[in-house]
Amino acid sequence: MNIEQANQQAVDRMMEARPVLVGIGTARDVIPGMQDNLLLHAGAPITWERASGPMRGAITGALILEGKASSEAEAQQLVESGEIKLEPCHHHNAVGPMAGATSASMAVYIIEDKTYGGMAYSNLNEGYGKVLRYGAYSEEVISRLTWMNETMAPVLKAAIEASGGIDIKALLAEALHMGDEGHNRNKAGSILFLKALAPHIARTCGDSNVAGDVLQAIGDNALSVLNPVMAAGKAMADAAHGIEGSTIVSTMARNGTDFGIRVSGLGDQWFTAPVATPQGLYFPNFSADDASGDIGDSTITETVGIGGFAMAAAPAIVTFVSGTPKDAINTTMEMYEINFAEHKYFTMPQLDFRGTPTGIDIRKVIETGITPRVNTGIAHKEAGVGQIGAGLVRPPMACFEQALIAYAEKYGI
Amino acid sequence: MPYFSYTMSIIKTEIRQGAYYDSIILMQLQAGLADLSGVENVGVMMGTEANKALLKQTNLLTAEAKSALPDDLIIAVQGHDEATVIEALTKIDELLVKRHSAIEEMDYLPQSIEAASKMLPDANWVLVSVPGRYAADVAREALRFNKHVFLYSDNVSTDDEIALKNEAASKGLLVMGADCGTAIVNGIGLGFANQVRRGPIGVVGASGTGLQHVTARIHQLGSGITHALGTGGRDLSETVGAITTRQSLDLLSRDPDTQVIVLISKPPAKSVADNLLRLARSSGKPVIINFIGYHHPAEIPGIQFARTLDHAAELAVMLIKLASTGKPTKVASSTIETTETPEMKLNQARYLRGLFSGGTLAYEALLVLQDYLPVVYSNAPLDEAYKLPNLQTSQSHTIVDLGDDEFTIGRLHPMMDNRLRIQRIQHEVNDPEVALILLDVMLGHGAHPDPASELAPAIQAALEQAKNAGRNLEIVTLVCGTDEDPQDMAAQIEQLQNAGAHVETNNETAVRYVGQQLQSLNQTSGLAPVSLSTLDQPLAVINVGLESFTASLQTQQAAVIHVNWRPPAGGNQKLMDILARMKK
Repeated sequence: MNIEQANQQAVDRMMEARPVLVGIGTARDVIPGMQDNLLLHAGAPITWERASGPMRGAITGALILEGKASSEAEAQQLVESGEIKLEPCHHHNAVGPMAGATSASMAVYIIEDKTYGGMAYSNLNEGYGKVLRYGAYSEEVISRLTWMNETMAPVLKAAIEASGGIDIKALLAEALHMGDEGHNRNKAGSILFLKALAPHIARTCGDSNVAGDVLQAIGDNALSVLNPVMAAGKAMADAAHGIEGSTIVSTMARNGTDFGIRVSGLGDQWFTAPVATPQGLYFPNFSADDASGDIGDSTITETVGIGGFAMAAAPAIVTFVSGTPKDAINTTMEMYEINFAEHKYFTMPQLDFRGTPTGIDIRKVIETGITPRVNTGIAHKEAGVGQIGAGLVRPPMACFEQALIAYAEKYGI
Repeated sequence: MPYFSYTMSIIKTEIRQGAYYDSIILMQLQAGLADLSGVENVGVMMGTEANKALLKQTNLLTAEAKSALPDDLIIAVQGHDEATVIEALTKIDELLVKRHSAIEEMDYLPQSIEAASKMLPDANWVLVSVPGRYAADVAREALRFNKHVFLYSDNVSTDDEIALKNEAASKGLLVMGADCGTAIVNGIGLGFANQVRRGPIGVVGASGTGLQHVTARIHQLGSGITHALGTGGRDLSETVGAITTRQSLDLLSRDPDTQVIVLISKPPAKSVADNLLRLARSSGKPVIINFIGYHHPAEIPGIQFARTLDHAAELAVMLIKLASTGKPTKVASSTIETTETPEMKLNQARYLRGLFSGGTLAYEALLVLQDYLPVVYSNAPLDEAYKLPNLQTSQSHTIVDLGDDEFTIGRLHPMMDNRLRIQRIQHEVNDPEVALILLDVMLGHGAHPDPASELAPAIQAALEQAKNAGRNLEIVTLVCGTDEDPQDMAAQIEQLQNAGAHVETNNETAVRYVGQQLQSLNQTSGLAPVSLSTLDQPLAVINVGLESFTASLQTQQAAVIHVNWRPPAGGNQKLMDILARMKK
C-alpha cells in the first residue's frame, strides 16, 4: 500500500465512522484504565511543573471535587509526589475541552462508533463563566459540578437510553447547514441536541422541576453539544488512527503548554512544540496580555474536518478576528490545501455543498507552509479566572516537521 | 393474436445511516438518479413515517425502506433490470459531489497546483516562472496533474529538463522550456508574445525572440498563425534530443488548420538536425526551416531552408498565397527583397511497391520487412488482415507476387514474359505516393533470355517521369543468377544500373536496404502523440510565479488562476528532500 492508498483508507475510515451517543456513565466505571488516583487532562503528557495556570487550576478543582485536596498547594503536592497520576485523555479513549480535567467520579458521555465499534468518552459541559475547564475551582464551580454529576447526569442518561441513541454525525451534518462549525459555534447543534433529548427527558424524568432545570441548562448553554461532538470526533479520529504508511493527522491537542499531534501511520508518538496564543476578541476588561497559551482537546474537531476547517459554514465566527464572511470562505479554501479529502457527509451550503476539508496531511502542511486553522476559546493565564475570550490559532509548524522526519526515519525514506 | 404486456421491473433500496442531507440536495439527487437511462422511479428521502407513506404511494416502500429509522436516508431506485438499478446506486456519491463549481466572488488565491486545479478544473496548462531551483518540482507537480507545462524559469538543470520531457512525453503532454519565453496556443500568448492574427501557419521555435519575430512578421505580411509552440533553447541539443520539437512537429502535422509549418532554432546538433529533417519530410506538409547559420544539405523534398527569420516568415506567407491563388505572388517585404518563388515540392512519396516474379523471394521480403514497416499489403500476405483487396491496385506498402496463379491465367509466367510487370511499373509510377519500386530479376535456364533489355527502358522511363513531376523515386532490383547463366549476369546488372536502378544480388540485403529507406520516409516522432485537443481546447492556465503573466492572460480573456506560490517547506532543504522522496 503506497502513501496515497494508506491515506485514502485513513480518511475513508474517518468519514465512515458513525459515532452515536449511547449513554452516560461514571468515568471510573466506563473509561478504560481509569483509576481513583488518576486524573485525565487535555493534550500531550504534562507535569505539574510545566503545566499552565488554567491546567493547574483545573487539576486542583478536580481533586477538590474528588475530596482529595482543598487547595492548589495540596493538589501540587499530590501530583508531584506521584500520589495522583496525570495522563492525557487521549490515552484513554477520551477527550475534554480546555483543560480537559476528568476525574474518576465524573459523569461522562459514552459514544459508540456503530461502523467500526470504537468507543469514546467526554465529560459534560459546564456552561460559561467560571468553570473548571478554564481552571476555575471556587466553591460555585465545585457545587455546579456536583449538581451536574448528581442531578443532570442521571436525567440525561435516562433520556439518551430512552432515545435509542443520538446520531452525532447526522446532527453535525445538519448543524453545519445552520451556521455552526462544530467547534466554537455550536448554537444550532446544541438546540438540535436539546430537541433530541427533550421528549425523552419529559417522559423519563419524574420530577418536572428537575426536568425543567436540566432542559434549561442544556438549552442555555450553546456549547452543551460540544462535549458529545468532541467524543464523536475522537471516535472518528481513532477509526483513522494506526493505518500503516498514512501521513494523516489523527490527533491534535493542546495541554496549555505544548501543542501535540499524532499521525495515523506513526503509532502513539506525540510530536509537540510550544503552543501559540490565540488571536481574537476578549471579554470586557481582558486583553491578549491576560491570555493563556492555547489549550484543550477540542482541536479534535479540526482533526476530523469541522471546526476551523468548516469556517465557511459559520461566517458569524469570523467576527472573533474582525473578519468578513469572505474571510470565512477563504479560511476553508486554505484548509483544502493541506487536507487529503473532502468530507462525504459534512458539507457547506456556502461552498455549494462542497465537503469540508478532511484529513490533515503532514506532507501538504510542510510543502505549503500552511498550518491548520483552529477556532478556540481563550483561557485566562491564571488559575481560577476562567474564559476571557475566543479566537483563532494555529499549531506550531515544528510539530509537523518533527512528524515528517519521524515518518522518513520509520519508513526508511 | 394473444396480446400480453410483460414488464420486468426491479427495485433496490439503499439505507444510509447517520447521513444528513438538506432536503434540496436530496431532491437534486433524486432528479439526478431519475435522469439515468433505464431508471423508472426513484425515491430519496429521510426515513420518517410521513416519507414512508409517500414511498408507499409510489410503490417504492420495500421491506428495507419500511424498517428505516427517521435518521436514516432511504434511496430507492426502480429500473428495467438489476444491472441498471445497481449501476444507478453506484452513482449516488458521484451525484452528491457533482456540485462543486467555483463560487462566484471567490477571491481566494490557491497556494498549490492541486488546489488551483480544483478551482479551475478545465486548466490544461501550467505556466511556471518560479526561481530555477524550485521550477523542476513545480513542473513535475503540474505533470502529476496531467497539465502541459510552459516552463519560463531558467536555471533548470539539463537532467531535470530531460526527465520532465520524458515524463511528459510518456503522458502525451508538452513541456515547453526550460527557459521558454514565448508560445501562442489557440490564440492566447504565453510568456512574452505579440498580438498575432490567427491564420494557417504553424510555428515551432527553440528561441523566444525568434518565435516572436517570425510570428510578428507573418502578421505584418497579412497572414497569421495557428499556433506557435516554444521548446526551450536546449531542446535541440543532443542530450535532450528535441523531444518537445518532435512532439510539436508531429502535433502541427496533424493539426487540420495548419497548412505550412515553420521551424526555427539556433543550429542544432547534427544528429538531431538529421532526425528533424526526416520528421519534417514525413509531416505531409510544407516545412520551412531556419536553423540559424546551419548549412543545409542538398535539396530535400517538402523542406525549404530560409536564410533568416524574416525570410522564413516571407516564404511561409508566399506558400500560403501560392496555395490559395495557384500562382506565385510576391510578398511585400520591407527588409529583404524576396523575389524568388518558393519551390516547395511537397514530397508525399513514402510507399513501397514490390513487384516480384518469384513467390519465395516475395515471401522472404515480407518477412524481412516486418523489421521496418508495420503493415505491408500483398496478394499472399503474412497476416490475412493485409490481403490486398484488389489485386490490380496496390495500396500503402504493397508486395505482389506476379508469378502467382491469379496473375498467370492465360499468360506466361513473368519470369518469361515481362509485359505484365512493365505495365504494373507504369501504373505504380502514376501514383504520387510511391517512393520506391522493388523488382526481382530471375536469370537462368527457362527464364527470359534478356530480361534487362525490356525492364531497363521501363525503369528509365519511370524514373524520368517521376523526376519531371518533381518527385523522388527509387527503383531497386534484385538480380538472382550466376555468372554462368545464359543471360550474362554482369551485362544484365550493367543494363539495369545504366537505367538508374539500384542493383543488389542478395535478397536480404536488397530488402533491408529498402526497409531502411522506407523507414526514414515514414519517420515518426517516436513519441506518444500529443492529443490535438491540446491545440483546439480553450486555453485555461494555472500561473505559478510572475503575477504579470496572470494579468497578461486576463487581458487576453483566457481563464487563468494565479497560485500564491511560496518555496516548499519554507525552503528547508532537508524537508524538501523528504517530500521529494515521498513522491517517488
